[in-house]
Amino acid sequence: MSDLRELYQEVILDHNKSPRNFREMDDPSRTSEGVNPLCGDRIKVFVKLGEDGGIEDISFQGSGCAISKASASLMSSAVKGKSREEAEALFHRFQKLVTASLDALPDVEGLGKLAVFAGVREFPTRVKCAVLSWHALNAALRGDEQPVSTE
Amino acid sequence: MSPTTRVEPGKRSEPAGAGFDAERVRADFPILSTTVHGKPLVFLDSAATTQKPRAVIERVDRYYRSENANIHRGVYALSETSTREYEEARHKVRAFLNARDEHEIVFVRGTTEGLNLIASCVGRSRIRRGDEVVISHMEHHSNIVPWQMICEERGAKLRVIPMNDRGELLLDEYEKLLGPKTRVVSVVHQSNALGTVNPVGEMCKLAREAGALFVIDGAQSAAHGPIDVQEIDCDFYVISSHKIYGPTGAGAVYGRRELLEELPPYQGGGDMIRTVTFEKTTYAPPPAKFEAGTPNIVGAIAMGTAIDYLAGVDRAAVARHEADLLRLATDAVSSLPGVRVIGAAREKSSVLSFVLGDVHPHDVGTILDQDGVAVRTGHHCAQPVMQFFGVPATVRASFAMYNTREDVDALVRSLERVIQIFS
Repeated sequence: MSDLRELYQEVILDHNKSPRNFREMDDPSRTSEGVNPLCGDRIKVFVKLGEDGGIEDISFQGSGCAISKASASLMSSAVKGKSREEAEALFHRFQKLVTASLDALPDVEGLGKLAVFAGVREFPTRVKCAVLSWHALNAALRGDEQPVSTE
Repeated sequence: MSPTTRVEPGKRSEPAGAGFDAERVRADFPILSTTVHGKPLVFLDSAATTQKPRAVIERVDRYYRSENANIHRGVYALSETSTREYEEARHKVRAFLNARDEHEIVFVRGTTEGLNLIASCVGRSRIRRGDEVVISHMEHHSNIVPWQMICEERGAKLRVIPMNDRGELLLDEYEKLLGPKTRVVSVVHQSNALGTVNPVGEMCKLAREAGALFVIDGAQSAAHGPIDVQEIDCDFYVISSHKIYGPTGAGAVYGRRELLEELPPYQGGGDMIRTVTFEKTTYAPPPAKFEAGTPNIVGAIAMGTAIDYLAGVDRAAVARHEADLLRLATDAVSSLPGVRVIGAAREKSSVLSFVLGDVHPHDVGTILDQDGVAVRTGHHCAQPVMQFFGVPATVRASFAMYNTREDVDALVRSLERVIQIFS
């Protein structure tokens, strides 16, 4: 039970139920879709870039499990207003967090609410769900319009 | 619900009721006494692959310890033993499907390869531009894609038998699809995503009247009831070893003898030839013509052992037992809040597919796994079925002879926990 509560924390359940920035964007600068062909999850990320190249606005649409939906929601809140470099750095930190060894305490310094995903480490089959939207964001920032796949 | 005690492997309890004792069968499957996350394994994914009885596991071990040699080649004792055992397995598969003779049994890697073999060999020799191939809406991808590929290659058209909201094929519509252009009808005997059992005998008769070949994907059905290809009167019937308690990587195609003789080979290579020169090769008669290369020898042999194992249980009693479990599970799971059962065919066996409110099946699967309950979650390689019912995925619990009422209880308890977490 403790492991499960670690995975399905209140914050994740809340963002699954009422995802933030869950809408289509009228005039995005970039969009990209993340697809997990094994489970059929689809997350489309919309990004509006500011004049300085930073993420002025971000939203997402799609369907998926609680982990992928909550991750997209929390990601959108975390990167809004950030520069491209800051967003990419967060992506790498996040990837490290969800794939880190269980032997040591996870490094959550500066990750804010994203730290709730540390529990995903215990569930290797669910790591792809957690990183799906981040891969889509990464592709959107690179200007890659092809859907990105977790496979 | 009557409490039953778990029996330790090796110990035997007396048969209880209905002439079938699941506990006794359980004792034959070593993996069923293991634990997952510290909980006893509750294996409800036998539609994906069944667990293996000790006899099968030991047969694989014995083959590699004392019988391993390539078949159909050596003149030494070991090779003769290996060849004899492999061909003996063919006899067992013949009897299992009630085919007329063993030349009608081709060993393959599994149902997927079997269906690809049929689509390829029939397609290249009998399907021409403008012809039609009929499949159904509830097919597994392995009975869709090979036909789609051959239709594209040959300029033929793929037509699909529709189904109703219960997940039953519309036979009137099927009849309308049949015509002079229909070359092949290929349908699943039992749907892996819905559990629907199709009336293949009746459907075969209609296909024959239209002059079409009739192919049956028997991956799911073979574990749950006796198969009689002569009674069905089909042209092909395909099964997988690993879904009938045998090893993975083995399976068989039944093909009517005169058809197998007429069809071109599948793959080229060793074992499938009579003579080879650079100018011309002549082929071996069936089944060798379709078995190029060194096959999964031990897979076929241990598939035979699995068939022996099935012959040792009362299959009518197994069918009743599995039907009881399905009924019990359907009643209990449907009474949980927010559950929608996918597939309510009147003829249905051993599969319970459902969604739980707006909780995604993968979240359900992860939580169930923590309780030791193994179910399949996803699209079950049947995306058109998911599209038809408007769901991205389902949770699927499937039953085999070794499942018990306690397994159903564990499933329901774990689902209640999912509801609690997501409420």
